[in-house]
Amino acid sequence: MTDSSASVPAPSSSAAAGPASSGAGASRFRGAGNYLALVPFLLYVGLFLILPTLIVTIGAFSTSSGQGTLDNVAAMFTTDVFIDAMVKSLQLAVITAILGAILGGLLSWAVVRGDPNGLLRQLVIAASGVLAQFGGVMLAFAFLATFGFNGLITVLIKNNLGVALDMSWLYSLAGLAVVYTYFQIPLMLIVFLPSLDGLRQEWYDASESLGGSAWSFWRNVGGPILAPSFLGALLLLFTNAFSAYATAAALISQGCAIITLQIACQMQSEIVLGQENVGKALALGMIVIVSGVMAVYALIQRRASRWVK
Amino acid sequence: MTMSTPTSLGAAAKGGGALLNRPKGAGKGRRSSRGQTLARAIVLFIVLGYLVLPLFAMLEFSTRGDFDRTTKTFARSLDSYAAIFSNQDLMAGIATSLEIAVLTVFGMLLLLVPTMVWTVVRVPRMRRVVEFLCLLPLAIPAIVIVVGIAPIYRWMGQNLGAFGASALTLAFINIILVLPYSYRAIDSSLRSIDTATLADAARSLGAGWPRTIFQVIVPNIRGGIMSASVLAIALVLGEYTISSLLSFSTIQVVIYLLGKRDPFISVAVSLAALVFAFVLLFVITRFATGSGRRSQRTAEEPA
Repeated sequence: MTDSSASVPAPSSSAAAGPASSGAGASRFRGAGNYLALVPFLLYVGLFLILPTLIVTIGAFSTSSGQGTLDNVAAMFTTDVFIDAMVKSLQLAVITAILGAILGGLLSWAVVRGDPNGLLRQLVIAASGVLAQFGGVMLAFAFLATFGFNGLITVLIKNNLGVALDMSWLYSLAGLAVVYTYFQIPLMLIVFLPSLDGLRQEWYDASESLGGSAWSFWRNVGGPILAPSFLGALLLLFTNAFSAYATAAALISQGCAIITLQIACQMQSEIVLGQENVGKALALGMIVIVSGVMAVYALIQRRASRWVK
Repeated sequence: MTMSTPTSLGAAAKGGGALLNRPKGAGKGRRSSRGQTLARAIVLFIVLGYLVLPLFAMLEFSTRGDFDRTTKTFARSLDSYAAIFSNQDLMAGIATSLEIAVLTVFGMLLLLVPTMVWTVVRVPRMRRVVEFLCLLPLAIPAIVIVVGIAPIYRWMGQNLGAFGASALTLAFINIILVLPYSYRAIDSSLRSIDTATLADAARSLGAGWPRTIFQVIVPNIRGGIMSASVLAIALVLGEYTISSLLSFSTIQVVIYLLGKRDPFISVAVSLAALVFAFVLLFVITRFATGSGRRSQRTAEEPA
């Protein structure tokens, strides 16, 4: 803490030394002026991020006529479809986070073992960027082209083996899990690769020269050092899958099976009298879960950065 | 402590600078046993196979021509790709998304660059606040933002004339969505140069603030600005949740609707978009590793 407080006054004192500063009053005015320059940014974020969040939060506790109520939040915990959607979303997020973390972790390891400036590494990183955050609807189409009724695999099997496989699993929760895992793997790579890069060659060598095997290295050195990063990545993958909407909307066109779809359903059909704000309560529930997980993530990340820089 | 926390939420800014700041020699010359080489090959085969198969299927699906009953194979044709250009909805969607992307990039840079430079040079105390606000969208799912922002967009549509009702207003919310990624990219650039000294030097030579920021600082953080812009473009072109729920016909919404009628064109345009985004990101990865290595070297030389 001491080093940062020492560095803080430096720029402002050099500003006060400018020709315009004549006396303490002027420099105090300048100090306030310094903060004024941040007003456009703060206003913008306030209007387009904080205000929507407030609208959701306040709406969750209001009736459609604006009176305070706990009915919306209560509905979230007592209505079967809402509980069901929430549970399914949580299951989906947990399962795909674990699968994505394991497969993506293995891929990261395989990439790190290669040439750090090699083509494979650069290709995989760029492709991961695209598949992890660009996907959504298009990844749903990719899987329709693979396992859909006219998909590559379906058609191949039908034409060569004469068997018409039932591919309806693709349009269910199982299908969502497969597609979600698909974009969790590249996200894991992006988040986890820097930590793996941080494992130093000297640590391998030290372990080896002390007679350690590959297994004992991972058991006693690599594993414990990477554990916080791995755990953090797992949490990030969880929130990623939990928040995902586009893929689910494109793959499952009917029904409101998971929580994000349920919120969309609530938004699009605001007709049920007295339930206008239930969607906002569900949205608030998502904020609570995601920001809770992100807070834990931030704590873990702080610990992870102790070893891996 | 102050230096370690910026990575806290920040590593979530996928594809940011973190990937590129590799310690020198990491992974280089690591001796591997034959077992490890085999294990690596198996992992690459299985996991990359999982990632590549659907992409290959898209290629196969979108290039299907007539079905030959005797050989039980499809002829190959590029008709679906040609059809992209004659589909007016699709072209309109692409144009809309590109316009939004341009507005988003300029808006984001205008909002973020001066603010970030200012916090570094003048009010370092506010740096944590700005960082927190920029990373906040990671903790608020897009679907939640839609719920909260729908009333604001309804208001804009009724009170801001033709512009307020147009799809271009999506730039406002897209700027928020790209904040975490853009912040990370620009922040790592700002950290790699001595921004405060540079600004003081420019100011003492008589440059005003606009000139200091845009003609002195900006050219020095070109790499970060470039990454931030490309990430923003990719994000805007892939955005579906908010545009579809606010009923704007962006490229993703059109792809989705088209998929119900003509999946072949939809898959063709999806694959084209993925390849486009890939090329963009690949180029900045190369660009950023190149400039990263250069700045690392100059930073090490004086020592």
